[in-house]
Amino acid sequence: MFELIGIPPQALFGQLLLGVINGAFYAMLSLGLAIIFGLLNIINFAHGAQYMLGALVSWMLLDYLGGSYWWALLLAPVTVGVSGVILERVLISRLYHLDHLYGLLLTFGLALIIQGLARNYYGISGLPYAIPPELSGGQNLGFMFLPNYRGWVVIASLVVCLATWFVIEKTRFGAYLRAATENPTLVGAFGINVPRMITLTYGFGVALAAFAGVLAAPIYSVNPNMGADIIIVVFAVVVIGGMGSILGSIVTGFGLGIVEGLARVFYPEGSAMMIFVIMAIVLLVKPTGLFGRTA
Amino acid sequence: MTIAVEATNDPLSVNHASGTMPVTHRVVFLLLILLSLIAPFFVYPVFLMKVMCFALFACSLNLLLGFGGLMSFGHAAYFGGAAYVAAHVAKVWETTPEVAILLGTLSSTVLGLAIGSLAIRRQGIYFAMVTLAFAQMVFFGALQFPFTGGEDGIQNVPRGDLFGLFSLRSDFSLYFVVLVISFGGFLAIYRIIHSPFGLVLKAIRENEVRAVSLGYQVNHYKLIVFVLSATLAGLAGATKTIVFQLASLTDVHWSMSGEAVLMTLIGGMGTVFGPVVGAAVIVTMQDYLASLGAWVTVIQGCIFVISVLLFREGIVGLIAKVLRRPL
Repeated sequence: MFELIGIPPQALFGQLLLGVINGAFYAMLSLGLAIIFGLLNIINFAHGAQYMLGALVSWMLLDYLGGSYWWALLLAPVTVGVSGVILERVLISRLYHLDHLYGLLLTFGLALIIQGLARNYYGISGLPYAIPPELSGGQNLGFMFLPNYRGWVVIASLVVCLATWFVIEKTRFGAYLRAATENPTLVGAFGINVPRMITLTYGFGVALAAFAGVLAAPIYSVNPNMGADIIIVVFAVVVIGGMGSILGSIVTGFGLGIVEGLARVFYPEGSAMMIFVIMAIVLLVKPTGLFGRTA
Repeated sequence: MTIAVEATNDPLSVNHASGTMPVTHRVVFLLLILLSLIAPFFVYPVFLMKVMCFALFACSLNLLLGFGGLMSFGHAAYFGGAAYVAAHVAKVWETTPEVAILLGTLSSTVLGLAIGSLAIRRQGIYFAMVTLAFAQMVFFGALQFPFTGGEDGIQNVPRGDLFGLFSLRSDFSLYFVVLVISFGGFLAIYRIIHSPFGLVLKAIRENEVRAVSLGYQVNHYKLIVFVLSATLAGLAGATKTIVFQLASLTDVHWSMSGEAVLMTLIGGMGTVFGPVVGAAVIVTMQDYLASLGAWVTVIQGCIFVISVLLFREGIVGLIAKVLRRPL
C-alpha cells in the first residue's frame, strides 16, 4: 500500500471523512445562527441546546412510540421548530428594542434550562441511537471504507444547506427576507408582515439545528451536553466566516471541519485548538471575517 | 452600545471632580466592613471567603461590562487560568501563598493582554463570541497540558504561611487575608471607575464614534480596561485556589463565565455594589440547593430569563432607583 508523507491512506481519508462530517454540522449550525442573526439581530445561544433537543426528540420517538429514524427526521425538526416559534413569540420578541446583548443573555438562560432539564431526566451518560437498517453497512471505495450512514449525513446536510441558500437567494420569499434584514421598517411599509416573518425565521433556524441533531444522533450518542460542546466551536466558525453571507457560512463550516480533520492526522494534540488558532489569525488579518462585510 | 444603567443609577455622575466619595457610598462601605468583621463569628468562614472571591470575580466583569460596555463571555479563562498557575506555584514550587497569588494574577494579566488585543478588533456580539471561543481554547489547554492534572485538576494545594511568617491553616486567619485582598481589589475598581480614565470609558460605552471624534484612542482604552479586568479576575481565581486548595476544570469551564455574568446581571450591571450582592445571592443559592444537582442549572437559567425580561436594573439598581442615589 502506498503512503502519503508517512501516513497510511486509510488513516488520512478516515480522518478527512470525520472532518467533512464535523464540517457538515458546523455548516448547518452556523447557517442557522447566521439566518437568525440576520433578521433578529440576536445570537441564539440556545442553538446548541436545540440541536441536542433534535437528537433527544428522535430518541424519544423511537423509545416511547417506536417511530423510525425517517419519521424522526421529519417530526423532530417540526417539534423543535414549533417550540422555537413559541419561544420567539413569548420571550425573545420582548427584547428587540433593547441592546443585542440581552438577546444573548436570554438565550443563554434558555440553553441552561433546556440542558439542565435534559440532564435531570436522561443523565449525562448518553443514550444510544442505532443507525437505521437501510443505512447500515458501507462501501469499499478502494482507498478507504465509507460507512453508508456517514455518506448519507454528508449528502443530506449538503442538500439542506443548498436548499436553504436557494430559498434565501433565489425565491421571492428570500428576497423579502433579505430586504427585511436590510431595512425592516421599509419592508413593513410595503405591507409585508415583518414580525411574522421574524417568528418563522427563528422557527426555521431552530428547526435546522434540530435536523442537524437528528443526523448526529446515530453518530454521537444522544447526550445532554452534545450541544454545549459544539456550539462554542460554531461561534468561532461564525467569527471566522462572518455572518454576512449564506454561502460563506456553508463554505466556512465544511472548510474548517476538513482543516480540523487534517490537523487530527498531522498534529493530533493540537486539533482541538485548531479552529481557535485560525480564528486568532483571521482576527489579525481580516477582522470582519472571511465573508464578512464591514459593520 | 448602551448597557443597563437605566435612569438614575449612574455612579459616575457624582462628585468625581472633587475626588470625594458620596455619602451613600461611604455608608455602604462602612456597613460592608462592619458586616465582614462580625460575620466570621456567626457564619462558616469558608463560605464567606467563597462569597468574597466570587464578588471580586463578578466586580472584575462588571468593570468591563457595566463600565466599559464590553461583554466578555469568557472570564472563566482568567479566573481559572490564575487558579491553575497559583496552584502549580504553591504546590510544585513550594512558594509562600502571596507569591502564588501574585504569579497567578500576573499570568491572567498576560493572558488578558493576548486575548484582549485580538478581541477588541470586533465589536458587540462578535466580541462576546470571540472572548467565549478563546476561553474555550484555554479550557482545552487545561484539559491537555501535563501540569494541570486533566480531569483531576490540582488538588491539595498547601495554604502555606503568609510571608513565611503567619500560618494560614486555620480558616479564621485566612479569612482576614482574603478580606484584605478582596477589599483591595474592590477599592481598586472603585478608583478606576471614578478616575478620568473611567469617565473616558463611559464616553466610549455611550457613544464610541463620538469618543473617536473627540480624539480618544478608543482601542487603547478598551485594551487597558480589558487587561485590568482580566487581572482582577485572576486575583479572584488565585485567591480562591488558596482558600479551597484546589484548581479544577470547573474554574475554566464556560459555565463559570456564565455565573460571573449572572451575578453581575442580578446584582445590577453598571452599579458599584451590585456584583457583590449578586455574588452573595448566587453563592448562597448554590450552597443551599447543592443537593438538587442539575436543578441548580435549571434555576440559574430561569433567573437569567426572568432578570433579562423583568429585572434588568438588578437588585442594587432597583434600590438605587428607589433611593434616587447612585450605588
